[in-house]
Amino acid sequence: MKKNAVPLVLFAALAAFPLVVTSNYFLHLMILFLLWVVIGSSWNVLAGYTGQVSFGHAAFFGVGAYTAGLLSQHLQISPWWGMALGGFVAVLIGLPFGAICFPLRGAYFALATLALGEGMRHIATISESFTGGMMGIMIMPSFVSKIPYYYISLALALLSVLSIRFVIGSKPGYYFVSIREDQDAAESLGIDTTLYKNASLAISSFWTGMAGAFYMNYMGFIDPHVVFSLHEYSVMAILVAIVGGVGTIYGPAVGAFIMVAVQEFFRSGFFGLFDYLGRTTGMPAFASVSEIVRQAHVLGFGVLVVVVILFLPNGIVGDWGKIRRNVFRIQPTR
Amino acid sequence: MDVFLQTVVAGFLKGGLYALIGIGMTLIMGVMGIINLAHGQLMMLAMYVTFLLNTMGVDPYISLFVAMPVLFLVGVAIQKFLLNPLIKVETILPENQVLMTVGIGMVITEIARFLFKSDYKYVKTDYANATFFLGKISFSVALTIAFAIALAFTAAMFWFLLKTDLGRSIRATAQDKDAATLMGVHTGRITVITFGLGAALVAAAGSLLAPVYYIFPDLGGPFTAKAFIITILGGLGSTVGAILGGVTLGMAESLGATYLGMEYEDIVGLAIFIAVLLFLPGGFKRLTKV
Repeated sequence: MKKNAVPLVLFAALAAFPLVVTSNYFLHLMILFLLWVVIGSSWNVLAGYTGQVSFGHAAFFGVGAYTAGLLSQHLQISPWWGMALGGFVAVLIGLPFGAICFPLRGAYFALATLALGEGMRHIATISESFTGGMMGIMIMPSFVSKIPYYYISLALALLSVLSIRFVIGSKPGYYFVSIREDQDAAESLGIDTTLYKNASLAISSFWTGMAGAFYMNYMGFIDPHVVFSLHEYSVMAILVAIVGGVGTIYGPAVGAFIMVAVQEFFRSGFFGLFDYLGRTTGMPAFASVSEIVRQAHVLGFGVLVVVVILFLPNGIVGDWGKIRRNVFRIQPTR
Repeated sequence: MDVFLQTVVAGFLKGGLYALIGIGMTLIMGVMGIINLAHGQLMMLAMYVTFLLNTMGVDPYISLFVAMPVLFLVGVAIQKFLLNPLIKVETILPENQVLMTVGIGMVITEIARFLFKSDYKYVKTDYANATFFLGKISFSVALTIAFAIALAFTAAMFWFLLKTDLGRSIRATAQDKDAATLMGVHTGRITVITFGLGAALVAAAGSLLAPVYYIFPDLGGPFTAKAFIITILGGLGSTVGAILGGVTLGMAESLGATYLGMEYEDIVGLAIFIAVLLFLPGGFKRLTKV
């Protein structure tokens, strides 16, 4: 029970969050955070645990989002049905891809996933009659308040993290790790590596697709360049997991929090600090500093990634011991 | 028939530039075993160097000789201070260096956005739209010059790799790093030089492309994608393959654009990519054996 104390307390805090904070702004940030928990964790299953680095998770995200959007546009049913179907459609894209590309290893596989993500974007752009092309899809949001969305995303994050934890803790999870550590050794021990890689891909694409379907419902607008974006989703998913800790259960959640916080920190000009300084001191220089900081949020990510890979190669959760020793000067208790 | 020939010629000329991009990528791939996902971004940087010099009235073909050393140094710095330290670090994912290049690419893009803003920039030359005719086929002057220079660089690269000591050390490192170290090759230094060379080659491609293309910070991503398609087509680490891959991609793109429609230009490249992965894993390297 002691092992679960921190996650349980955090979950209770998250569940109570909308009761305490009613600001739509912070609720929006928390929803984004929870969405990234789902995407980061699912990337982590495939890459962190199974060792198959994907540069194309935007494909699954976008397919999930388009499933929800197209259902409501073509069949006039609620886009929430997309939440039921989005994950499965993403798996339907993922499994044939896995069947074709899993014989590839390492860098080749990573490149193939990159091609998948880019290819899906082009397909969604070109097939205008079906997807609306560059015009994208717009739907009416179901709720005015952000609180229902918050709880739905919380449920999504909780279910995805718990299911992933369950799988990783059971036999297939150990198979995944053995494939990551040494595929040939795993094969020689009688593990059907192709089957388990596909299983890992299925879990990963399912939850990413669900996140995409939720995104459609929450944002109300998608177009190919938003949801299939290489940098916004495929790469961000990687960054979230890397910053938090690849191959750890709660790493992506930590990473998601940090990434959303960093993004907002920059985008809001250090939460309006520079605007405030500019107003109180009356110096126009602060306004331009604030403007520069606002534009620098992607630069902030890039630098963060470079620094994390250099100094904390296993992420914040993975290298927690190292941080404790070197930053807080706490010797490990034996 | 004329349309077909015209398309093939245009694709072929473009292919020369692609080959130059691909050779840089494949050199890095061969020696370090990593994909440089900041390759297009390095090219974008070179294009901005060309643009800056152009505003001072320097011709792009002269600024080529500024952009290449500049990018060589950038490449050396990246390899020395950001990628080489990662080799010693124990991590779960072996692809850490690749992920690092993604971060580097982001940083380069954003710095460019910072300095030059997001709007499209043009390098102004009086020959950008000039053409000449052979029979009924028109040749873009700028692209033809680019093709010739690309050819010259490729030839120089071959001579360098085959005939010089340094070139031999690079090839030795690519074939077997441990054996090369035992033979007295300073492999750490070789990786640094190779990354610099790769960056310089893609810088040449950037400078040559500048007169016929527009320049903006997000240009890096699509060209990184093209670079890896070329390398996969050619076979990872194969220089001859990169040339064949570059020309194939150039041709395929222009044939796709002519006969399927402009919007299919990029998807043709991806389709070829998947087809090669499926039917010719290992790329053209399998056929040419070099």
